[in-house]
Order: sequence, then C-alpha cells, then structure tokens
Amino acid sequence: MVVASLCDVVVTTGNFPLLSGVDLTLEGSTTYVITGPNGAGKTSLLRLLAGLEVPSRGSGTVLGFDICSAERRELRRHVGWLGHETSFYPDLSPTENLLFAARTTGADVDSIYSALDRVGLTHRAKVPLKSLSAGQQRRVSIAWFLVRRPQLWLMDEPFASLDDEGRVLISELIVAAQTGGATVVLTSHGALPAETLATSIVMVGGRIAEVAS
Amino acid sequence: MIRLILLVAQKDLLIERRSRVLLWQVAPFGLMTLVLCGLAVGPNASTQAKLAPGLFYIVMTLVALLVINRTSQLEASRGTATSVQILGIDPGAVFLGKGLAMFFQLSIVGTALLAGTTVLLHVPLHAAILTLPVLLLATATLSLAGVLYGRIAASSANAGTLLPALALPAFAPVLIAGERAFSSLIAVGPLARWVWLLGVALGAYACVGLLLYGALEES
Repeated sequence: MVVASLCDVVVTTGNFPLLSGVDLTLEGSTTYVITGPNGAGKTSLLRLLAGLEVPSRGSGTVLGFDICSAERRELRRHVGWLGHETSFYPDLSPTENLLFAARTTGADVDSIYSALDRVGLTHRAKVPLKSLSAGQQRRVSIAWFLVRRPQLWLMDEPFASLDDEGRVLISELIVAAQTGGATVVLTSHGALPAETLATSIVMVGGRIAEVAS
Repeated sequence: MIRLILLVAQKDLLIERRSRVLLWQVAPFGLMTLVLCGLAVGPNASTQAKLAPGLFYIVMTLVALLVINRTSQLEASRGTATSVQILGIDPGAVFLGKGLAMFFQLSIVGTALLAGTTVLLHVPLHAAILTLPVLLLATATLSLAGVLYGRIAASSANAGTLLPALALPAFAPVLIAGERAFSSLIAVGPLARWVWLLGVALGAYACVGLLLYGALEES
C-alpha cells in the first residue's frame, strides 16, 4: 500500500530552495531512514510529509491527503511528529500536555497514563515540562505517539539526547509500529540499531540521491 | 467547537496560573502606571476625575499589550508551534479560545485598575460601577483584536516591538469609545452611541479573526 507519493516537489523559503524536485514513494509497514549532510533537506522532507510545508511546485499525496491543498491541515491529525526542539507547552506537565492534546484531537485520554509509564516518565508526570531534561522531554513526545497511534511516524533525529535505555525504547517502538502496520520515516546522522531494519533514503542538496533497501 | 474553545482557553489560563505573569508583572505594572498618571495630573481632585477615563483606558491599553504579547508568545517557539500545528485544532476555536482566556485575564486586571482609578483619581463610585459593563465590552474587543494582532506580530522576529506599532492604531476606536462612555457616566452625556461602537468593533474583530486566523497560522 502506498502511504505517500511525491512528484517533482519543490519547497522554497524566500528564494532559497529547501527541496528541489523530490520524487518519492513510501510504502506501508516500512521504516525509512533519511540520511545526508547538514542542509540536505532531511527535516524539510519530514515537514513536507507532515503537511507543515507548502510545495511551491509539484504534487503529492500523503495518507490520501493532497499536500498542495488545504487538506494538509487534516493530514496533520494523522501523523506523529518528533522534532528537534522541545515540543508542547513548557509550563505544563507531561500529563497536562498530553491531556490537552488528547482532548482536542479526540484521542483516548485513559491511555495517557500507560503511555507515560511505557516511556518511563510516571515519576515525572506532574512536573512542568521545562523542568525535565532534553531526553525526558523527547520521551513526552514519544508518549504522544503511543496515545495517538498515528499511521505515519515522522521522527527527526529520534535518538538525539537519549540515553541507552531511551535508544532501546525508541528502537522497540519503531519495530512495534512497523509490525503494527505503520510507516516510520526518520532522519539520522549515525548508524541505526541493528534491529531497526530500514530502507535508506540518501539526500543531497535538497534532492533524493539514492533509495536503497 | 465550544468544547475546543473552552479547552484552548483552559490551557492558556492554566499556563498563566503556573507562571503568574499576570499577578506579579502585569497587574503591578498597571497599578504603578496609574499612580504615575495621578502624580502627573497633579493634586486637583476635579482635574483628576475629569481626566480619569482617558488615563484609565490608556493604562488598560498598555496592560493589554503586555497580556497580548505574553499570550502570543506561548506558541512562539518552533517546537511548540509545530506540536500544536500537528494537533490540527480548528483555527476558529484557537482564535476564540485564546480570546476568551485573554478576556478573562484582562477583565481581572481591568476591574482592579478601575478600583484603583476610583480611589486614586477621585472617580465617583456610581460612575465606576456603571462603567463596568462597558469595560467588559471594551475588554472583549481588545482581547479579540489582541489575539489577531498578536498572531500577526508573532510571525516576526521582532514581535515584542512590532506588536504595539500594529495594534495601537487598531485599539484607537476601543480606547476612544471606552473613554467617551466612561466620561458620559461621570458627567451626563450620550452613552449609547459609544456602546454601539464597541459592539460593532467586537463583531468586526470576531468575524475577521474567524476568517483570517487559520491563514495567519499557516503563514
């Protein structure tokens, strides 16, 4: 099953091209890892797949939603996003952040507590997010994946800021997501854990240079 | 939609309760400005009472700018902005929810400032009490305009300095109508036209916000 299909997509910021004619097809139940040097367009491609960037040229669909139209907003509700930066509201606790997210999206509120337990944050569930370490803050975002159970997981450097335990946790979740039928797309500068079998997408200068299983 | 509006407002108010910016920074700033206004006008009680409506609404406008800046900064960081975008919340609900939270905060500060104005600037008590509904209407208008202009300014790297330049001209009708209505209650004069003007401004900002807030979020 095709999850995403991009055809000659160009994304620019001002006059500077972030993505220059990207053609890509993503299949379901597969993990993709995007590699490439800094400025290659890895994060921009993830943001495009999340419906967070507007193509200035080309066409494409993600999870059946047209990324060139207002359907982008609806697409976002079906993807999971783990970015570089601290996500959610720093003044709210992990529980409050996840409750807000779950209530506004209609997700299962009861699953928040088991998700926080799964990512090892039960003991820090009620302190403000800004009091947590960078790695713990990323775990909150990961907990949201478990609550939301998106069809498309988009993760920008998911292993950054995590300790060994956190890296194992992410690896397990990626494998479980793929087994459960989700598609995982992540960026990485380093080697992935051995159990994370992935199709490699190499990007250079805003273009896809190579796709290899 | 109503549920989403309440959830967004509840979230903004919860953040405010945690940070206590309103209590420890905004409210003291408003009261200090009011005291300085009283000192600048001089000790004559009748002069103070005559100028009180204008001074009160100028202070309210300055306080509103602080609250708007604070509220629009809640989603300013790229990480938070992206997380909220991913939730795909109806932009109309976000606009009205943030407006509701801002209205609640400004109403509290506004009521405290009105009490301060009554005491410091010798405003007749009956005029202060009667102007309260007008103040709430003006506050609601400032709140919706503030969410809109706060969103516009937030997309700039210099949001803190851009916001006053953008918002003050838009606040002028609210300031004038509020001041005129307040003055009319102190020295009997036409009140209805100013209340009507505030109502029209509130309706206009509600319509414009509901239409444009989604586009502003995307930009």
